[in-house]
Amino acid sequence: MVQLLIHEKSDNVGVATEDLKAGKTVNGLWMDSQKTVKMKSLMDIPLGHKIALVNLKVGDSVIKYGQDIGKVVADIKKGEHVHIHNLKTRRW
Amino acid sequence: MNIPKFMAYRRENGRVGVRNHVIILPLDDLSNAACEAVANNIKGTMALPHAYGRLQFGEDLELFFRTLIGTGANPNVAAVVVIGIEPDWTDRVVRGIAETGKPVKGFSIERSGDINTIALASRQAMAYVQWATELQKVKCSLNELYISVKCGESDTTSGLASNPTVGNAIDKLVKMKATCSFGETSEITGAELICKSRATNSKVAEEFMNTWTAYNDFILKEKTDDLSGSQPTKGNIRGGLTTIEEKALGNLQKIGKQARYVGVLKPAEAPKGKGLWFMDTSSAAAEAVTLWAASGAVIHLFPTGQGNIIGNPIEPVIKLSANPLTCSTMSEHIDFDCSAILRGEMTLDQAGDLLIESIVRTANGRFTAAEALGHREYVFTKLYRSA
Repeated sequence: MVQLLIHEKSDNVGVATEDLKAGKTVNGLWMDSQKTVKMKSLMDIPLGHKIALVNLKVGDSVIKYGQDIGKVVADIKKGEHVHIHNLKTRRW
Repeated sequence: MNIPKFMAYRRENGRVGVRNHVIILPLDDLSNAACEAVANNIKGTMALPHAYGRLQFGEDLELFFRTLIGTGANPNVAAVVVIGIEPDWTDRVVRGIAETGKPVKGFSIERSGDINTIALASRQAMAYVQWATELQKVKCSLNELYISVKCGESDTTSGLASNPTVGNAIDKLVKMKATCSFGETSEITGAELICKSRATNSKVAEEFMNTWTAYNDFILKEKTDDLSGSQPTKGNIRGGLTTIEEKALGNLQKIGKQARYVGVLKPAEAPKGKGLWFMDTSSAAAEAVTLWAASGAVIHLFPTGQGNIIGNPIEPVIKLSANPLTCSTMSEHIDFDCSAILRGEMTLDQAGDLLIESIVRTANGRFTAAEALGHREYVFTKLYRSA
């Protein structure tokens, strides 16, 4: 059973497929290669929300679907929730 | 490559249809009543009432005719009775449909009234339905089909699983040399440059950008404060989507990873060859699927998250969802439950293969959920006010 799906090899975030509790070890799966990963969730992360797979610094790009989906606006640690508080569109 | 085969209808112009409808097509809103009376008289026919056809002009009128003629010309249709209030525009529709070589006849109400028109049109419809019901299916190949794709009521499960499943199937279908089409011009906003980069050459890429820019300018001109500037929506954000780029990329998963689109189509315009085509459409489900059906698409793939229930009168709509709640609470609407992807129990490649199997079964005649439930949303796209 996986609780985390990652679209592509180059992605630096995954998506929770169930509500993740802080401190819990989660099983992740890359959808392109079927490679698996185990990591610790540092925060409660609701189903459908993103979790950082690596440490990210302000100005870095968040990569999902192998594409840039916006810029990091507050440092993010591996295992933390990635959402509107630390990720912004590059459009506006 | 093993290209799946099925039994279907090869029409007079060589195109393959997977249904055998005899339709009673109103030219205009005024002729809906007569068409419905004919369809009631003659079993096995279907009236397609709609709201327009009077005092339209310019590009809006051209789109109207393209939609109406395209509906009749669709390979899923065996024969057509057209009824209009007056003979000139009725004839224009009849002549357009007749170019396919299929049987079509027009009737007009002025100078004869509803009752006489219904009597004459019913006799013609009866002859057509008796002819059509005797047509035999022949062996056809999957790459002879024209398949359209569009999602609706999307949520995070759409971007995660059901849209990429459609994308996986599209990559395989395009490789087989089938004809496919995607659109939803406004929903591409946020990933328009990535969509541009998926064009087969720079000329097509530029055509796409011109089409997208025109639609986006229109939305920006007309918007109050509920569009574009507030994308993604509050509901999207609650579901986990953060940026407009992310939302648009989730949508764009439907065109797969490898396929390149070979051209840009106006709304309801027929593709000029095989491969993947971009069509300029609204993102409203019934309007968009009506446009694809009018462009000749014979099966539609519709991934949904929260459970859009759309169907179309002549183009079967196959629905898939990866949302386990939708698949259990609305099971009668979902043809393919791909929620196993979320549990890591099904790969996208397996899901794509199962979706193609579902296409083949539908092509062989199996009713989709929307067909069984009688969803026949036939909705015209209107570009601006009538005169």
